[in-house]
Amino acid sequence: MIKFLLKGLIRDRHRSLFPILSISIGVTLTVLLQSWITGYLGDIIDYNARFSTGHVKVITKAKYDNSQQMANDLAIVGTNKLTENLDEEFPEITWIKRIRFAGLLDIPDENGETKTQGPVIGWGVNMLSKKNSDIERMNIRKSLQDGKLPTKRGEILISDELAGKLKVGVGDNATFLGSTMYGSMAMQNFVISGTVHFGSMALDKGAIIVDFNDAQTALNMENATSEILGYLPSGDYDNEIAHNYADKFNKKYSNSEDEFSPIMITLSEQNGLDAMLEYVSSFIGIIIFVFVLAMSIVLWNMGLIGGLRRYGEVGLRLAIGENKGTVYRRMIYESVLIGIFGSLLGTMIGLGFAYLLQTKGIDLSSMMQNSSMMMPTVVKAKITSTTFFIGFIPGLFSTIVGTMLAGIGIYKRETAQLFRELDV
Amino acid sequence: MKKVLTIILLTIVMLNGQTPSAETILKKIDENMISKNQIMTSSMIIHGRRVSRTIRAKSWSIGDTKNFTEYLSPAREKGTKMLKLDDKLWIYTPSTDRIIKISGHMLRQSVMGSDLSYEDMMESSDLTNSYDAKVIGSEEIDGKQCWIINLVGKTDDLAYHQRKIWVDMKLYVPLREELFAKSGKLLKRMELKNIINIDGRWYPTKMIFKDVLKNGEGTEFVIDEIKFDQNIPKYKFSKAGLRR
Repeated sequence: MIKFLLKGLIRDRHRSLFPILSISIGVTLTVLLQSWITGYLGDIIDYNARFSTGHVKVITKAKYDNSQQMANDLAIVGTNKLTENLDEEFPEITWIKRIRFAGLLDIPDENGETKTQGPVIGWGVNMLSKKNSDIERMNIRKSLQDGKLPTKRGEILISDELAGKLKVGVGDNATFLGSTMYGSMAMQNFVISGTVHFGSMALDKGAIIVDFNDAQTALNMENATSEILGYLPSGDYDNEIAHNYADKFNKKYSNSEDEFSPIMITLSEQNGLDAMLEYVSSFIGIIIFVFVLAMSIVLWNMGLIGGLRRYGEVGLRLAIGENKGTVYRRMIYESVLIGIFGSLLGTMIGLGFAYLLQTKGIDLSSMMQNSSMMMPTVVKAKITSTTFFIGFIPGLFSTIVGTMLAGIGIYKRETAQLFRELDV
Repeated sequence: MKKVLTIILLTIVMLNGQTPSAETILKKIDENMISKNQIMTSSMIIHGRRVSRTIRAKSWSIGDTKNFTEYLSPAREKGTKMLKLDDKLWIYTPSTDRIIKISGHMLRQSVMGSDLSYEDMMESSDLTNSYDAKVIGSEEIDGKQCWIINLVGKTDDLAYHQRKIWVDMKLYVPLREELFAKSGKLLKRMELKNIINIDGRWYPTKMIFKDVLKNGEGTEFVIDEIKFDQNIPKYKFSKAGLRR
């Protein structure tokens, strides 16, 4: 029967060409949108996890209540013991201590007085110790634009944009000016060992990266840290697993009476990422729904037009005794074949565009000049296993629904009427 | 009835006659608080959310335009120096051997974690020229009768658009001050205590500052020693003096 239907479709291009073309256009768009949204939003989540949130994060309760504050007066103290406990109790998770801080970077003139200065946001990350180094996780090596990674204490990386703004380069001296954990003045000299470009406006505007131990010294944070980030063994964020770890930790360590007791929070509980995660899953569903709806209307109309064109044929088939249900089902089988071909073609074209977008990306940096959100400036798609079949859902569904709607007319035609029509 | 009304009216007129103008009160405050120059040793006790710290400092100042402060303790702050010349502020730490200009948003940062900002240090104490003053009432503070003076900024570039000062009617010393933003939101509160007479001036030797937007118990500023109208060498108020 399939062979028979195929022959009919190939020979009568009016029944196949336009429906296949319109389905393949819609499927291409679906595939492209799915891969683009997955890629872009996935990148945002990944960026946040690497630079800011971890998959889980341990901070003090007070810091959690004042999450917008960059000051370290609410930092966790006694972190050496706490990290030991975390390593023992959750050995499968990689635990990273980081210090985040804000202040001024001051560039001296030949007399040691202020030549230029600018506000900075700093990261104290593990760069000098081989164990749990943040160099790869934060993509620091690949982001290096000039100079080299710090090899000893007192060396600093600054963003390329900041270096340009402050008119400094590799080998120049810079002094960080900020507040210690206790609120006193923190002043520390550094030598710029390199400049970096992360491809995120929030980071590239004024980031400085120092070794974790240097940050501890500068900010008077001996045995203290701003946060302890945890990364799941799979490398990908899993909301359920992360929540399980957080619940287990908080039951044991968190004390609602003590504002400085540690609390573990998940990625989804930070930076409004819960909404984003929700968005990722629901948005793809919305796209498919809208596409199915729109395409169904298009295909319904095409079915109606086709039905009119095949009015005589269907009438004859019914007149010579073919069952109404059989005619209706055969039209649906035809639509399944059209849907498969259209979806295949659309998926292949969509995958081609998605691959281009995955490898090249689109640079939106000019549109993100004032963005403070941690997101990449180059929008890239991501082809996942879903990308290969996502187009078939709307492709097949809309064709079948369209045909079913258009084919309802078959049941309305009376045999007596058909004979009268055929007489004519 | 007429008699009673006449007495009430006369009392009001007499009372009004007793209240000096806000400008006169501010002028008398300046006579107490502003000197040609002063050398002061002080302790700043900062009650933070986690710990309380005491920072000792010695400062030399001429009017309210020049000030040089050297921190004496604790060890981490020792040797840190600050120089204010008119509307400019520099800081020096021996560990970096750098003279850094404090400007922009840094001026709004807290000084050594206290409830005072650099901007507070930069502010001119010449209230008469910066604010429109008006006596708005009276109140008793710690058994002392005070006038309440409301000050509204004449320009927009002031750190605090509005101030309310409670001034001791007898000694012409402020006992309380509240600082407000342009929106009317209370930003800081100040209590001035332990008023003593030094060289004929009435001067508060303990001040409690509270940044109401900040957690913590506030900052106590205690004057251990203060000397007025001294000979201060000129180099103190130069950038070179920061490295000496």
